[in-house]
Amino acid sequence: MLWNMILLAFKELKRNVMRTVLTILGIVIGVAAVIVMVTVGEGATAQVRQQIASMGSNLLMVTPGKRMGPGQSTAQTPFKQADAQAIYREITSVAATAPVSVKSIKAIFGNQNWSTQVTGADNQYWLTSNRTIAAGRAFTDHELKSGAAVAVIGETVKEKLFDGQDPIGQKIRLEDVSCEVIGVLEDKGQNTMGQDQDDLAVIPLATFQRRISGSQDVGMIMISVQDGASTEKAKADIERLLRERRHISASDEDNFNVMDMKEISKMLTGTTQLLTALLSAVAAVSLLVGGIGIMNIMLVSVTERTREIGIRLAIGALEGEVLAQFLVEAVALSSLGGILGIVLALIGSLAISKIMNVPFILNLSIVAIAFLFSAGVGVVFGYFPARKAARLDPIEALRHE
Amino acid sequence: MTEKTVLIEISRLTKVYGTGQAAMEALKGIDLRIDEREFVAVMGPSGSGKSTFMNILGGLDTETSGAYRFRGVVVGQLTRNQRARLRRYYLGFVFQGFNLLNRTSALENVELPLIYRGLPTRVRREKAMRALETVGLAQWKSHTPGELSGGQQQRVAIARAIVTEPAVLFADEPTGNLDRSRSREIMDLLVELNGRRGLTVVMVTHDPDTAGYAGRVVRFVDGLIESDEPNGRVS
Repeated sequence: MLWNMILLAFKELKRNVMRTVLTILGIVIGVAAVIVMVTVGEGATAQVRQQIASMGSNLLMVTPGKRMGPGQSTAQTPFKQADAQAIYREITSVAATAPVSVKSIKAIFGNQNWSTQVTGADNQYWLTSNRTIAAGRAFTDHELKSGAAVAVIGETVKEKLFDGQDPIGQKIRLEDVSCEVIGVLEDKGQNTMGQDQDDLAVIPLATFQRRISGSQDVGMIMISVQDGASTEKAKADIERLLRERRHISASDEDNFNVMDMKEISKMLTGTTQLLTALLSAVAAVSLLVGGIGIMNIMLVSVTERTREIGIRLAIGALEGEVLAQFLVEAVALSSLGGILGIVLALIGSLAISKIMNVPFILNLSIVAIAFLFSAGVGVVFGYFPARKAARLDPIEALRHE
Repeated sequence: MTEKTVLIEISRLTKVYGTGQAAMEALKGIDLRIDEREFVAVMGPSGSGKSTFMNILGGLDTETSGAYRFRGVVVGQLTRNQRARLRRYYLGFVFQGFNLLNRTSALENVELPLIYRGLPTRVRREKAMRALETVGLAQWKSHTPGELSGGQQQRVAIARAIVTEPAVLFADEPTGNLDRSRSREIMDLLVELNGRRGLTVVMVTHDPDTAGYAGRVVRFVDGLIESDEPNGRVS
């Protein structure tokens, strides 16, 4: 009986393909939107989490200038290496501090050249940025102090400049400094914003200051808090210390910014989740609108088929059987929309994941929920037209032209 | 002649449409008894109440007062669904306008009542084929109503009515939309079903020629039975 009804429903839907397609479009879009949002959202969240984990959750970043919002900052008083040393010396929960300066410079080897981020730092940098040296060695104390022309390069720079050759011991030119490559960093891939983290060349900070920037300024200080110590507390301590060192009176605001990776992580995942929630709400509205579309078409269908309903009732169909027939049709309609939506969503989220470069994480439960929800839409919005059909007076229905 | 068994028994049946001032008495007190195997023609001018009477007999409508017993069951006391089951298992209908499902083949139209009996597909097909053979349309089974003539459509409708082997066939103006020779074919078929299969037939008509095929003619005038007499033909 049920099988017959399902066959009948699909026969009926096939009769007016155009109408069927237009009717289920709302459901298709709704279901597809929900799944794409959730899939891409989860992929992005997972990537952020992965990213944070690779950076180390106990990382603090101190930059000069107070962040005032997007793209705005107050006039900056730059940090000096002494600030980093003071933090390391005075705050016990700090495991390492790395003063870092960065400049984009064209690196040249032979006839190859590649524009990369030249980073001036010391050996603490490996710890704070959670990196290891894959080949070669780190800087010696002598190199750091004297400002020797040596460099540890990232995987991308190695590939672009050396083309399979062993870079260790080779000389690359950064502006007018000829640096010997002493090490290669382990590759790390892209970060949350899609930046290549292996596109860098690290040289001693002293070398950077003397021969590239020409000043004693430090772009930022990366701080690694000891395992088990509170980053919040360390952050407060650093803020207090820096205010003191920078002579900021109690009434003035900080002219520097201490960023906590946990906060960044929370902010990023929070944004993704909020976006997912908002777009899912939009998708839910689309499902609602789709449901109303189905109800509308089912009502039209009941009116068109009044005579058929009359015939069925006259030859002995029960009220419930007519109700079931139209309900099955509505559910078939909405489920079809659900299935098409799922197919569309799979294609869409695969494509978007590729474009946005986030991992494709398919949440099967959301696919199941979306499908059940679309079927549910059919039940809810099909019930009223189906009941209308079932309650028809067979005599009136048979007279209907 | 076998012993007569009562199939339908009607006493002091009335039907009033509307209420108060607008009330219209369609049936004003009908007494009638129909036995199994009878072929009864119900005649009368339009507005005489014969259609209302047929709707009540068919369990599609209920009386205002009086009683309609079908094989002893008081139909007026049944629920809507119980009356649907009565129609499903005991009654067959043939209408003036054929009332077949368009876009559906003759065979599928005949199968329709069997679906509601929950029979498996194979059994349905067999029974529907046999019914189509009975009305002489076996080779037309795949045609939709639109591809059949009026007479053929009515024969499909008859096949649909008899496929369930009902106790009685109600025919409402079965030849109303057909020309003379098609009418004769349909009436011959009904007479044959009545005679050979012992199917009780109750037929509403306003055409005396059509009524002439019945064994008994009941005349309605103004909501009352004016006359009720045998037709000379032995059923």
